[in-house]
Amino acid sequence: MYSDKVMDHFMHPRNMGEIENADAVGTVGNAKCGDIMRIFLKIENGIVVDAKFKTFGCGSAIATSSMATEMIIGRTIDEVLQLSNKAVAEALDGLPPQKMHCSLLAEQAVKAALKEYYEKHGLIDDSNRAIFAEAEDHGHDGE
Amino acid sequence: MTQENRKFVYLDNAATTRMRPEVLEAMLPYFTEHYGNPSSLYEVGRDAKKAVELAREKVARAIGADPSEIVFTGSGSESDNWAIKGVAQMFEKKGRHLVTSTIEHHAVLHSVEALVKRGWEATFVSVDDQGLVDPADVERAIRPDTVLVTIMMANNEIGTVQPVDEIGRICRAKGVWFHTDAVQAAGALPLDMKTLPVDLCSFSAHKICGPKGVGALYIRKGVRLPVFIDGGGQERRRRAGTENVPGIVGFGRAFELAAAEQPASAERLTKLRDAAIARILGGIPHVRLNGHPTKRLPGNANLSFEFIEGESLLLLLDMYGFACSSGSACTSGSLDPSHVLLAIGLKHEIAHGSLRVSFGRENGPDDIEPLYEALVKVVDRLREMSPLYDEFLKEEGKKN
Repeated sequence: MYSDKVMDHFMHPRNMGEIENADAVGTVGNAKCGDIMRIFLKIENGIVVDAKFKTFGCGSAIATSSMATEMIIGRTIDEVLQLSNKAVAEALDGLPPQKMHCSLLAEQAVKAALKEYYEKHGLIDDSNRAIFAEAEDHGHDGE
Repeated sequence: MTQENRKFVYLDNAATTRMRPEVLEAMLPYFTEHYGNPSSLYEVGRDAKKAVELAREKVARAIGADPSEIVFTGSGSESDNWAIKGVAQMFEKKGRHLVTSTIEHHAVLHSVEALVKRGWEATFVSVDDQGLVDPADVERAIRPDTVLVTIMMANNEIGTVQPVDEIGRICRAKGVWFHTDAVQAAGALPLDMKTLPVDLCSFSAHKICGPKGVGALYIRKGVRLPVFIDGGGQERRRRAGTENVPGIVGFGRAFELAAAEQPASAERLTKLRDAAIARILGGIPHVRLNGHPTKRLPGNANLSFEFIEGESLLLLLDMYGFACSSGSACTSGSLDPSHVLLAIGLKHEIAHGSLRVSFGRENGPDDIEPLYEALVKVVDRLREMSPLYDEFLKEEGKKN
């Protein structure tokens, strides 16, 4: 049911762990639903220079966390803000339909981290407000 | 990570079993040699008919029933559907209330729910934290318009064995028919319909080293069910359709062997199960056993590993060569974890981290240590990844 890419990222997760003194941390999901994703970002001069994750969840939750961190390292924060769950799923050669929410979770974890960073640095403006609002809407953080 | 030359260890015997060679051998002639239709009058037809009736005798003998009380079906689920919907239809003028439990197999739960949608009423008796139904609750749930009580003999997920004897006696005293799903109990527990107060009982061949696609329904003499499939005269006009002759022959042979070996097999598997549970609970922290410690199926161990999710656990165990199952949402195809684990009061996050190990006839004591060692590695690895475990460690740190 999983593609080889999903299995590869699940078996050999990239960037698993924590970043001490991360510039931004985003946590989404809840234990009740069976998945929690936490993404740590190191940001220098507007570029994500490092990203790490910790995830409680199924195989595809772990694989999408891993893939998402790979896709954002080296990118500018404005580029990272455009990350979509579809892009993460496509990079993994697709996910079973009932697992698409895992890719959404990865997108939201990244956006939750960025929101913290944008807020801290007064970067929220009309060009990105809508993106954060949308991410907030779909997120099922908390509990 | 992938283990080269790994040994494959099948520990999912509650899902299905590997067919025994004796069963396959018994079945083979009925594909190519005795291929006749049991309803035909010539010799190859008569051979097939004889084989079906011999298999019926074997199944009947295995459970202390009369051959006329056994009807072959296509699966345990079909047997459940027929028993429940059949009784409901039979008595729709008399009463429209059913009693069942919250931890039944979906074949039972969804059959009852389908009736509820069509106007019947149902009481779902709850279970305690070990998965036991209290017979007193069943007694209280029975109303003047109750037409059927259906409570499983043993649970497929957590293995808890229900007091069906007592429940059956209550039903009998109240004049209500009693159905039990014995799909998991067959071959695992002693079964004798002469002493067990059960009116209808479901069985499946593939759980006892027989073929898939064959089930049986025990219908006690005097209990009449509406015809399930209209058509020819097969199964005494109750379930039409040309018989699955090789499957039925295999079922007969499998049940004959399972019944003969039941006492020794139960003793052996109970030891194996208890040794595995003790090893895992003793060696890995933050694990709990789900279900009853002793009133459980001989081969069933169901454990919850805190801070990790069941599907990840299964996938990694598979890499080490172990096939098990889980009650996590991600393996059930819904967002909720298993209804059984929630019914015994587990929190969602604990239920998500459940693992069912079900031992069978090909497993032995040599499987325990490798399973334990693989579990230690897999659980460590997933906990290291888990933000829940981080939070737990931080909380612990604060306390100390």
